Amino acid sequence: MLDWYTRNALNIVTFLPLLGALALLLIDKEKKGLIMRSATWIAFADFLLSAPLFFLYDAGRGGFQFEFRRPWIPSIGVDYYVGIDGISLLLLLLTTFLGVISILSSWTAITERVKEYYVFMLVLQTGMLGVFISLDFFLFYIFWEAMLVPMYFLIGIWGGPRKLYAAIKFFLYTLLGSVLMLLGILAVYFYYPKVTGGTSTFDITEFIRVLGPLTDPVWLEMSKWVFLAFFIGFAIKVPMFPFHTWLPDAHVEAPTAGSVILAGVLLKMGTYGFVRFSLPMLPYATRYYLPYMLGLAVIGILYMLGVFALNQQGLYGGILQMINHGLSTGALFLIVGLIYERRHTRMIAEFGGLSSQMPIYATLFMIITMSSIGLPVLNGFIGEFTILVGAFRIPPAYGFSIPWLGGLHIGGMFWAVCGTLGIVLGAAYMLWLYQRTMFGKLDNPENAGLKDLDLREIMTLAPIVLCCFWIGLYPKPFFRILERPVTEIAARLQAGEAAGQTAALPAGAAPSPASAPAPPPTAVASATRVPAR
Amino acid sequence: MTLIGLLWTVPLFPVAGFLLNGLLGARFFPKKAVWVIACGAVLLSFLVSLGAVVALRDVGSLTPSPGAAVDARAHRVTLTLGSWMPMGRSADGSELSVDWSFALDPLSAVMLLVVTGVGFLIHVYSIGYMGHEPHPVFARFFAYLNLFMAMMLTLVLGASLPVVFVGWEGVGLCSYLLIGFYYDRMFDEKTRMSCADAGRKAFITNRIGDVGFILGMLLLFVNAGTLDIQGILAKTGTLGPGVCTAAALLLFFGACGKSAQIPLYVWLPDAMAGPTPVSALIHAATMVTAGVYVTCRMAPLYLKSPGAMLAVAVVGALTALFAASIGLAQNDIKKVLAYSTVSQLGYMMLAAGVGAFSAAIFHLMTHAFFKALLFLAAGSVIHAMSGEQDIRKMGGLDRHIPWTHATFVIATLAIAGIPPLAGFFSKDEILWAAFNQRPLGLLLWLVGAGTAGLTAFYMWRLYVLVFRGEERFDDEVRHHLHESPRSMIVPLAVLAVLAIAGGWVGIPEVAGFRNLLAGYLAPVLGAGEEAARAAPHAPLFEVVMMIVSTVIAAFGLVLGWVFYERRPEARVRLAESARGLYRLMVNKYYVDELYGKIVLAPYYALCRAAAWFDQWVVDGVVNAAGYVTLATSYTSVGFDTYVVDGLVNLAGYIVRGFSWVFRKVQTGIVQTYATAMIFGIFVLVSAYLLARGH
Repeated sequence: MLDWYTRNALNIVTFLPLLGALALLLIDKEKKGLIMRSATWIAFADFLLSAPLFFLYDAGRGGFQFEFRRPWIPSIGVDYYVGIDGISLLLLLLTTFLGVISILSSWTAITERVKEYYVFMLVLQTGMLGVFISLDFFLFYIFWEAMLVPMYFLIGIWGGPRKLYAAIKFFLYTLLGSVLMLLGILAVYFYYPKVTGGTSTFDITEFIRVLGPLTDPVWLEMSKWVFLAFFIGFAIKVPMFPFHTWLPDAHVEAPTAGSVILAGVLLKMGTYGFVRFSLPMLPYATRYYLPYMLGLAVIGILYMLGVFALNQQGLYGGILQMINHGLSTGALFLIVGLIYERRHTRMIAEFGGLSSQMPIYATLFMIITMSSIGLPVLNGFIGEFTILVGAFRIPPAYGFSIPWLGGLHIGGMFWAVCGTLGIVLGAAYMLWLYQRTMFGKLDNPENAGLKDLDLREIMTLAPIVLCCFWIGLYPKPFFRILERPVTEIAARLQAGEAAGQTAALPAGAAPSPASAPAPPPTAVASATRVPAR
Repeated sequence: MTLIGLLWTVPLFPVAGFLLNGLLGARFFPKKAVWVIACGAVLLSFLVSLGAVVALRDVGSLTPSPGAAVDARAHRVTLTLGSWMPMGRSADGSELSVDWSFALDPLSAVMLLVVTGVGFLIHVYSIGYMGHEPHPVFARFFAYLNLFMAMMLTLVLGASLPVVFVGWEGVGLCSYLLIGFYYDRMFDEKTRMSCADAGRKAFITNRIGDVGFILGMLLLFVNAGTLDIQGILAKTGTLGPGVCTAAALLLFFGACGKSAQIPLYVWLPDAMAGPTPVSALIHAATMVTAGVYVTCRMAPLYLKSPGAMLAVAVVGALTALFAASIGLAQNDIKKVLAYSTVSQLGYMMLAAGVGAFSAAIFHLMTHAFFKALLFLAAGSVIHAMSGEQDIRKMGGLDRHIPWTHATFVIATLAIAGIPPLAGFFSKDEILWAAFNQRPLGLLLWLVGAGTAGLTAFYMWRLYVLVFRGEERFDDEVRHHLHESPRSMIVPLAVLAVLAIAGGWVGIPEVAGFRNLLAGYLAPVLGAGEEAARAAPHAPLFEVVMMIVSTVIAAFGLVLGWVFYERRPEARVRLAESARGLYRLMVNKYYVDELYGKIVLAPYYALCRAAAWFDQWVVDGVVNAAGYVTLATSYTSVGFDTYVVDGLVNLAGYIVRGFSWVFRKVQTGIVQTYATAMIFGIFVLVSAYLLARGH
């Protein structure tokens, strides 16, 4: 039984929602209650089926586990190949977890075209899970694209007043990114047999194993272009500045559950892409573009700063913070949705003084606010702190010199200092939001009769709050699960960078643009030297 | 080991109280159960702490066990409960890991007893003070107060910086929640500041300081490879002066936030928006001293950096003087006490900066007694006055509330530094240590002594305006005037005893006693003390200085008496002649306004600029791409419709033209065909005949 489960778990977890969606199609569309209960049970069953993975995953062994592989299109080397390591495990669990919560939160919010809604939610679930378990680039790309379709409809049909603009912007923007990514994938696909002299494949683990440490000058040059192609695809998804403007529109217009999934899971795929592909497969190019990546990361996304710190702590923090952000931002959107359902407006000015009217709501909102501004004992702090430790260890060489400021060097600890500023600003705007909605006098008569949360609504938020405390107080299991994959990636980056430099510099194959100084030969030394006293 | 092994329960009792009262208190418990739980939790913490501190006395006989390390030389027991953040290895292979660990040593013992002891008294006081509040509010208040205790105790007991930081941020959260406790009320009508605004201001100002604290932590983590406080302090010798100075200054910046030092003191006066027991417990006796505590805790780090020490001393001295001068001109009873607190915290920082760490802790302790007493007595006054806080509307209260009056006088004399009350000894130790600082000793002493004079003056002013002279309130207030209930008076009395006798544990050696407190703290703070005591030993001179500072304090008192009771017209003349300075002090030197102009306004402008950039530039590009695509597609539609399809249609038209012609032929009418046939035959025959004819 257990054997059978470990062999098939990923397939079951991934395709159960899709099967469920097909089953929903058979139900009469007027039986709305049955439809939403079934959808919730399907999502819940999926979560229950995925939960044992957390315990069965062998954190000490490392590598990909629960693998399942069958040939699919042998003529071009495509396999159906899935498997997870610690990183994808956590994201997989986040997806099934938020899946249940978002579906449960839709019960009263969605009243029209109920059947289609839950079908799309379940299909979306399969698409997202597929992204995290794919170990074949072709399969990955299919899930990556397939996921867009249900999301497009969720925004476009059940969205707000500007839903069409938002849905089309979302779809086209991300599609543009994925097409460029496809070019990158194909470049890698066609280059791989040239290195091995063997057959073609889309196997990601093979690409990482063979191409990651490769120091051939042609490949190093080419990897920069592949990195850029991947970058566009992933950066749009993250979204990193300046590719971020589709997101506010999508969030404003999407239905609550769509926003929860969007913020909680979809946005994590870009970062996941960087961690899974760019870093281990293209270590040289990663290092080459690092100053820009760090610069873009500190503009917006703290967990990207962790990822591009390229050391163990940064990666730990970055991945953990993806989970944390998924939990707390997902919860924040739920909180917005709860009040939107009651008042059909999201304008802050309409509210004020709600905490006397809705004390449970106010308390949960406060906890989530504190989680998202990184108060210790809650999850956000663990991620932030670990990221900042990683960022603090970024060697000074990883930075810019600004010629028109007298060669002022921006790098090393500068990034960590930028990261800590978010601590103040995050607190400032979150507390301001909280004060304007929850504190003050209840002076809007329309808010006077608002009901506090009912049991179902508490059930959507309480599990998230519990997770926030769990990660905040006892994050050790998470660190343990991440330990092997993260150390492997960090080691690949170190080795790849060192090899890349020795190979590339004498050949002169790495002409650097003027604004990005070529890493001095001592960079590696200083990278490993930091506290060597 | 017994009670020391239970050290971890000390913060846990109040957590349990918080959970019980917070989750169930408002709905299921009667008021009495709420306060019994809340006070009981703190009492249990106090008793366990007391037991543990007693057990710590023979630390040599304690045996280490798994998870409990004993350092007999430093009188320290460290409990490690488990790993918190195991974040792998640094580049040189050392383990970067953070544990949940608590430590008890003489320094945390003193803090522990002060926090739980004063905390318990204030909990008891709150029963009466908050008694008239509605039930849910009452339960919420005690839940927050318990949570605060838990966090403060975590801060004090934390053996690694992140655990201290848990408490550090936790007390900040509680402070925020309790300042904004009356979240639907206005705090300051003049500036339109609500209580919630005041809470937010406190939280964010503290967060600015926290940036320093976090960066300091990270710097130490990356360089020392550990965040365990003793681990860091053991490595200060190898860190190099640059790292030590930077880390010390960054941590001090954090301390400036929490302990309300220049430039981050602005939140504390506004924190008076909270209920008065909160002001006493959090914003006077305990939380605000956390910065001083952490500075003393990291003493060996600071001692490695004379520059950082000097910065601490100068900031402390300036804050002391600056805040005292603002306190001269305030008319809200709690705001006077708030500025006084800022000023006294400056004293503590000054002590730490000149290396007299045990004097800083000594003053922290005596200040906790007399300032808690002042606030609680002020609360009793406010309670009696039906909520009035403006001292211009008080006066002559000594007859009406004798207990409050008596305890307030004691506290006033104690803070003014009149021997043999508590404040005298601690303040004097600080002044003497400051005097011996090199090279700025004389200057620091002058500032400190001047502040002492100012303190005596404004405290006596406050006393006279509240309790002496004519009654300046209306009959409505007079009608309700009453002494507070016993649950409020008893804590006042206990604190009054402590404000008198609390200083006797630190009587200087020159007076022929042993300085018990300094001796007790020596295993932890000894290194700093030796440095401070390296100054020439001049007992006679020390006595002279002691007399001088007493005279200055007495002079301040007398001046307050003259100006506010004896000859008020002299004061009016003085205020007239220095009107500019007076207005400056009343308006707190316009520091809030200045921050608004140089920090907030540019920040808001930046926000608007960023939003504009996003909306018009970044999204402009995105939408432009969309429009270009649309334009292209319209163009190609046009091309398709008129050119490509034009050609296609043209072909069609041509065909249709022909077909129109041919259709006329293919009508299906037999007569037409017959006619055409005949006509055709006629033509053919004619043609043939014509051809033949030639």
